[in-house]
Amino acid sequence: MSRAVFGESVKRIEDPELLRGEARFIDDISIPSMLEAALVRSPHAHAEIRGIDAAAALKLSGVHAVLTLDDLRPYLLTEFLVVGLPSPSYKQERNRPVLAGDEVVYVGEPIAMVIAEDRYIAEDAAQLVEVDYDLLPAAADCRDALADGAPTVHKDAKDNLLAEFSMGYGDIDAAFGKAAHIYSEHITQHRGGSHSIECRGAVAVHDPGTDQLTLWVSSQMPHSTLRVLVDMLGRDENQMRVVTPDIGGGFGPKLVVYQEDVAVSVAAIKLGRPVKWIEDRREHFIATTQERDQYWEVEVAVDEDARILGLRGSIIHDHGAYTARGINLPQNSAESLPGPYEVPAFRMNTKLALTNKVPVTPVRGAGHPQAAFTIERLMDRIARELGLDRTEVRRRNLIPAAAMPYTRPLKTRGGVAVVLDSGDYPRSQKDTLERAGWDQFPARQLAAREEGRYIGIGLANFVKGTGRGPFEQVTVRIGTSGRVHVYTGGTAIGQGTKTMLAQIVAEQLGGDMGNVTVTTGDTAATALGIGTSNSRLAVTAGTSAHVAAGKVREKALKIAAHVLDSPVEDLEFDGAEIHVKDRPGRIANVGVKLGELAHAMAGTPGYSLPGGMGPGLEATEHVILDAKAFASGTAVAEVEVDIETGGVVILNYVLAHDCGRIINPMLVDGQAIGGTAHGIGNALYEWMGYDENGQPLTTNLADYLLVTATEMPRIDLLHHCSPSPLNPLGVKGVGECGVVPAPGAIISAVEDALTPFGVHIDRAPISPPEIVALIEQGRERS
Amino acid sequence: MSEKRRVSLAVNGTAYEETIETRLTLADFLRHQLGLTGTHLGCEHGVCGACTVLVDGYSVRSCLMLAVQAGGSDITTVEGIAPSKDELHPLQEAFRDNHGLQCGFCTPGMLTTLVEFLRDNPSPTERDVREAISGNLCRCTGYQGIVDAALDAAQRLKGQDRTAGPDGGESP
Amino acid sequence: MKPPPFSYHDPATITEAVELLATLDNAKLLAGGQSLMAMLNMRYAQPDHVIDLNRVEGLSYIRATGDGLEIGAMTRQRDVEFSNDVRRLCPLLNEAMPLVGHRQTRNRGTFGGSLAHFDSSAEIPTVCAGLDAVLRVAGPRGEREIAFKDFPAGYLSTSMELDEVLVSVRLPAWGAGHGFGFEEFARRHGDFAIVSAAALLEAGTDGRITRASLTLGGIGSAPVRVAQAEAALMGEPGSVETFAAAAEMARGIDAHEDIHAPAAYRQHLAVVLSRRALEKAWSRVEGN
Repeated sequence: MSRAVFGESVKRIEDPELLRGEARFIDDISIPSMLEAALVRSPHAHAEIRGIDAAAALKLSGVHAVLTLDDLRPYLLTEFLVVGLPSPSYKQERNRPVLAGDEVVYVGEPIAMVIAEDRYIAEDAAQLVEVDYDLLPAAADCRDALADGAPTVHKDAKDNLLAEFSMGYGDIDAAFGKAAHIYSEHITQHRGGSHSIECRGAVAVHDPGTDQLTLWVSSQMPHSTLRVLVDMLGRDENQMRVVTPDIGGGFGPKLVVYQEDVAVSVAAIKLGRPVKWIEDRREHFIATTQERDQYWEVEVAVDEDARILGLRGSIIHDHGAYTARGINLPQNSAESLPGPYEVPAFRMNTKLALTNKVPVTPVRGAGHPQAAFTIERLMDRIARELGLDRTEVRRRNLIPAAAMPYTRPLKTRGGVAVVLDSGDYPRSQKDTLERAGWDQFPARQLAAREEGRYIGIGLANFVKGTGRGPFEQVTVRIGTSGRVHVYTGGTAIGQGTKTMLAQIVAEQLGGDMGNVTVTTGDTAATALGIGTSNSRLAVTAGTSAHVAAGKVREKALKIAAHVLDSPVEDLEFDGAEIHVKDRPGRIANVGVKLGELAHAMAGTPGYSLPGGMGPGLEATEHVILDAKAFASGTAVAEVEVDIETGGVVILNYVLAHDCGRIINPMLVDGQAIGGTAHGIGNALYEWMGYDENGQPLTTNLADYLLVTATEMPRIDLLHHCSPSPLNPLGVKGVGECGVVPAPGAIISAVEDALTPFGVHIDRAPISPPEIVALIEQGRERS
Repeated sequence: MSEKRRVSLAVNGTAYEETIETRLTLADFLRHQLGLTGTHLGCEHGVCGACTVLVDGYSVRSCLMLAVQAGGSDITTVEGIAPSKDELHPLQEAFRDNHGLQCGFCTPGMLTTLVEFLRDNPSPTERDVREAISGNLCRCTGYQGIVDAALDAAQRLKGQDRTAGPDGGESP
Repeated sequence: MKPPPFSYHDPATITEAVELLATLDNAKLLAGGQSLMAMLNMRYAQPDHVIDLNRVEGLSYIRATGDGLEIGAMTRQRDVEFSNDVRRLCPLLNEAMPLVGHRQTRNRGTFGGSLAHFDSSAEIPTVCAGLDAVLRVAGPRGEREIAFKDFPAGYLSTSMELDEVLVSVRLPAWGAGHGFGFEEFARRHGDFAIVSAAALLEAGTDGRITRASLTLGGIGSAPVRVAQAEAALMGEPGSVETFAAAAEMARGIDAHEDIHAPAAYRQHLAVVLSRRALEKAWSRVEGN
């Protein structure tokens, strides 16, 4: 009998190696004669480079080279990493040079790569490289950067407007014209870095004999790294391989192709020795992309019944000094602002401001948490103004289940229509409120106040587009060993990709997870690959794996039918063999091993293939899925605020989420809880500070606060299942879902706790000193 | 210019006599000189806890210790926790069963910390476990699976012979 | 982030350590390493010589003396945390120890190292300030004792001479039945306190305060005793009003500002935590 594995909490196939310390991460790779690199980075947010003197560094014993842009140029067709996603809205093209030329535009920008016997010596030498700077004024705050006369981020620019775009639908003026009430909010939002516990890293090996370059890199998107290397190094694809080892977390920024990836590749070619560069945590703070500031001005028009008529506003988005990804982040923010609500008219204007800071690219959630926070703040505002319960305002505006699929007259960055494919949003809210004891909360709050304690409750609904297309390639192959091998362009960054794909494939090919191996993130294994981002792999790679496995299954059964001389309907897969139903066991001539089938289909010179079928026992699929599958859900947070210290403790947190059919409940729970932790950080802890000169202020993990086990509440999860009609598995992504509603729910709860002081919160994150100041202001007002 | 010392120590029960550069951290020594790459470096400034190893049975951040300081010590790394090649330690089993790891990068530090903690506190509360791992950052799990794994492991370890060593002894 | 080159020395006796410190230029003492090693890795510290105190004999002990405790400078924080003598004779210190970093840093970090590094947000210096600790240091001119009030010399700096080594700390015990309270506000468990308050109280049979100590950590460059409050508490009955009024006297203390908190917030916390620490201490005064 075939064992059911799809939908089961099977144990992860990734775990044993990780638990034994036998996994291989990027810094675990060691190759004979390998050298190690350290970077000389800009200590200034903006400066002209007048000269670089590496003489002292080169004299140090054990130092092999100090490479500057001039040293790399002979190996490059272009010195720029051209990676920006297409958009007609760019006003300036700002691509990163592999190393800085005559100008540095953010603290942390790489200027020179020192290569030495080991990292210790490389760092000794990096300290000795003297760079002569001519300081230039910096643009640090993205609002100021757009003002007339602001210092320009790049000395050759006339201003700092990187891109500007507008989106919307409906008659927005009419909506506001007929509104019973109009409320406006100015909302400040900040998100920080990814802070995967493993930083980035790359190891490049060049074999001069075959002229083959292999780049090991801790990346979410090795195929795009390969394409950039093709563009920049002018080498053919077949002279290069980009491969990912085990990856210690991604969370977004590892989808970016970085300067260091290119520089180590060139260094390995130039020096004829393998070169390793491992990013340290300080570099991660200043050289790895992050999310940062968005300033929202929004207005909502509602009728007498608190139903939204229109929503309009603008966003100023801190883009950083270069385009390392594109306009996608604020595009996501603006596009997803209406969230799960009916919004008849909509208009958002967005400006991307260049700043003298490390580039901004997606971090888990990618602009969606900011949108959810904004709309949920508006919902709370409407409730407060109209004297309605916060849940009631939302209930009146949620898209009803009967309206699914619901077309929002908006287009994604790629021109795909935004269609909320399935879900029951009112039920999600209702069930979550019930689980969280929302209706009983006023009694709890009253009792707490009598003890002098301030508790509050808050909620947020969300939708999150997942499974961004157009495809992910998957090959399923049964080898002559009888083992099932799965290859995908997606990468495994901790989310259980290998287990997920093995489940989908095993479901059709014998049910034995132990008989399935999965290879991820290797350009030599799959010709095409997009990679890991946007909660996309279960949908895209999962679907391709499902279809490919189905084709392999069909073919294997046909061959088996031929070999066993038995109709296909009488056969079944069982582990690594196919046999005639109801006659399991080891009796000869009623079963055939998968390895034997693969052998037969591998071909023998001069003999026909069995059954007149094509060779091999494999299928490669890249199922096209352009439309996103929209996951959804509701979060309710109950908090206690210490009004004297401003400290916030989360007492209870319920998250309902709907990611369609679930492949592995245990993994889904892990993603939902992990995402929530990140969202709690964005609500209460994480702040990547810069001063007015663009100097980063929080460059260690004692100053930049990641949530630890003692701050995390136990997350109470509710699962709903609205299968996506867009893919045959009915699945949706889950990786980012937990993050999205967290700041909205938590800040709503904090505000609720502080109702006696009339506190209104218009920002995330919020810190204890800010909370104390708000209480103080509230007291002064009353 | 690099200064070296001859140092004897035991790692996971194996005795080593090594020439060690004096400025080498214990973490880099284990990883790059002994090839025990299970110990991970996440911050190198003593906050993330990924590099935690047991020095004479006590959890220590190996990025904040020089390798020469470990002379004469008995070190246990994540590679030394499982009782054999084929078996996992009950704590490792509990991590797998409770989804206590995702990317696995923080896991070695979590395991070593919890091996020590459960040895000292065989019947912990959830709060105790959370405080025990408060010096270990995880960006993936939200800690819930780790906490559940630790509580589960405490149950599994009950009744087992804990005198066998810092790893909590062998399975019954 | 790798340590810079340095010469490593691991003396076996305090005499050798002092001699090395006196003769070597640009030398740093390495105790538990929980601050210095991070500073070396980040190259904020670039000494030519590192003198490791971990093999020096006789610096790790906790001893009950006639009038209190003596703790060797190299005693691991973990040993202080779990010491019965500390619990019995200096319960304030016992209460503060679990808040010092995390179990891995307490396993390695030393009692004396925290004092010599002298981060004003750290719990150990704050407790020592409150207890009027006496620090014994050894140098080429022999040993001497420094009263805690004379120990601070600015941010991360003490009145120890560059050629002196901290050897031990004496903590005078308070009377049996005294009350103690340690309160801090940190962003996360185990973080350095933004502000901490340590209070000690003794009362007479009439329920009036006969002795008071109130210390704030994290507010300025060193832990600071709120002398005005201590004086005001003397002879007063332990009441909510008494402690609120005393705590209010902490508001005027100069506070520093950093990325975690503005000065005004620290001053606000100083009042809040002083009151809480005093109330907690009072609740523990025997006979209440």
